[in-house]
Amino acid sequence: MTSYQLASVVGRRARAARLRRLLRGKLVLVAAGAVVALVVLAAVFAPLIAPYDPNAVDPMAVSQGSSAAHWLGTDDTGRDIASRLLHGARPSLLAPLVVTVGAGLVGTALAVAAAWLGGWWDRAITAVLDVVFGFPGLVLAVVGAAVFGAGLKIAVLTLTIAYLPYVARVVRGSALKERNLPYVAALRMLGLGGGRIVLRHVVPNLLPLVLVQTATAFGYTLLDVAAFSFIGLGAQPPTAEWGLMVAQGAPGILAGAPQESLYAGLAIVVFVVACSLLGAGLSQRLTGGER
Amino acid sequence: MTDIPVLEVEGLTKRFGEHTAVDGVSLRLASGESLAVVGESGSGKTTTARMITGLESISSGTVTMGGRPLPGPRARTAERLAFARRIQMVFQDPYTSLDRHQRIGDGIAEVLARHAPLHGAELTRRRDELLDQVGLDRRQADSRPRHLSGGQRQRAAIARALAVEPELLVLDEAVAALDVSVQAQIVNLLAEIRGQRPISYLFITHDLGIVPHLCERVVVMREGRIVEAGPTAEVLTDPRDPYTRDLIDSVPRPGWKPRRRT
Repeated sequence: MTSYQLASVVGRRARAARLRRLLRGKLVLVAAGAVVALVVLAAVFAPLIAPYDPNAVDPMAVSQGSSAAHWLGTDDTGRDIASRLLHGARPSLLAPLVVTVGAGLVGTALAVAAAWLGGWWDRAITAVLDVVFGFPGLVLAVVGAAVFGAGLKIAVLTLTIAYLPYVARVVRGSALKERNLPYVAALRMLGLGGGRIVLRHVVPNLLPLVLVQTATAFGYTLLDVAAFSFIGLGAQPPTAEWGLMVAQGAPGILAGAPQESLYAGLAIVVFVVACSLLGAGLSQRLTGGER
Repeated sequence: MTDIPVLEVEGLTKRFGEHTAVDGVSLRLASGESLAVVGESGSGKTTTARMITGLESISSGTVTMGGRPLPGPRARTAERLAFARRIQMVFQDPYTSLDRHQRIGDGIAEVLARHAPLHGAELTRRRDELLDQVGLDRRQADSRPRHLSGGQRQRAAIARALAVEPELLVLDEAVAALDVSVQAQIVNLLAEIRGQRPISYLFITHDLGIVPHLCERVVVMREGRIVEAGPTAEVLTDPRDPYTRDLIDSVPRPGWKPRRRT
């Protein structure tokens, strides 16, 4: 075998290994993306595809297992679990979406303001964020529920506040670095105003980071919203919501009818895992491809 | 040429705590004249440039440009724009001195729109004129900085600075990060630009080799002070200060052997 042939064989093998690696990485990403897309579509078109009204009780079909009429069975009042899961996807997804988008927008605004204005402003904003960071989200939620009454809106508000520091801390660090890059000094010298430099130059450069940060947080906020509903601080009955369904199905687990908790729990786990994988893949792509 | 100097610096001093980085530097730059500030790293030449351009606060001393002092940090928009037309700067690192998300052409157009009453086709024509002047074409105008070479980026930075038609261009080690052949191209470009329009250069460098190509006068800095000043030819052929002699000896040339400094 000549050295040329040897090199070509080695090259082919290395190429095949690289392809396998790439495919495996891509496959996970594609699968995670498919799960997320499917759930989002199900949430959007829930009224069209759900076989039953999610709140229609049926005293004749209580706590049933899977059947042709009720694919995932019924709960303790005879409501169709599949229909409730589909409809439940709406608040279960929308609430964390509002939390992440809200925390992303306000957190980025605060972080950029702190980094850009510096001095007293920076210290004040950072101090407030540190105080919020010190409070666990749950404590905030309990306080919010005590003051305003329990509900999904209050849960969303408290979670948004609780997630602010997570976004703001990371973004502030990058904004500081960005502000000290020569291009910002150059733009200032060229006579551009501070507002324009921030909005047209600094923020767009921070956008990939904000996107990654909020995308990875989305899975966790979904879990938190579900947890709040589970302990009674989020969605209230008879709303169909995944966390609440896990709680409402809990007595059934001991009574031999675990389907409601089981399927709602599965929906949460599968979706959160898919979100995390997608977020991780996204962050690799967006931060790896920069510059 | 007018009698009012483009730049007049008197007793400029910068202290960082106990350390004095720049110590009583005075410079004078007539309209259309070019001055090199030479010195090793840490000699205070970049700090001097940053104080002159308003990027660094001044501990003591004065900077006047065309008879006016530097605008303060709370200066009004009109004042800042007027200052921008007096002085512009080209930075050392062309990788970080351009916004990485902005196309080269858009960056120049943005500056043009800010300073000149130009719109639409007229603005585009002026933009292309500037790009052409620094040797960039339409393809590069539509590129983002990461798709350009170091030399091309530095050309873009020069075009952007020229967009405001400044009286004085500060070049802070503007060719130091480039390959030697690209350095020569940029130095030639700068010489060419000076032939076409009235502009002064303040050329900050550690490399004496390129100074004679661009500057009539040279100032040598060491440890924050000016140790020697004079016409370039004079300083280079008959240096009075031993430090200047060291600097001249360290310029690579045929038969040159690096010598350890004592």
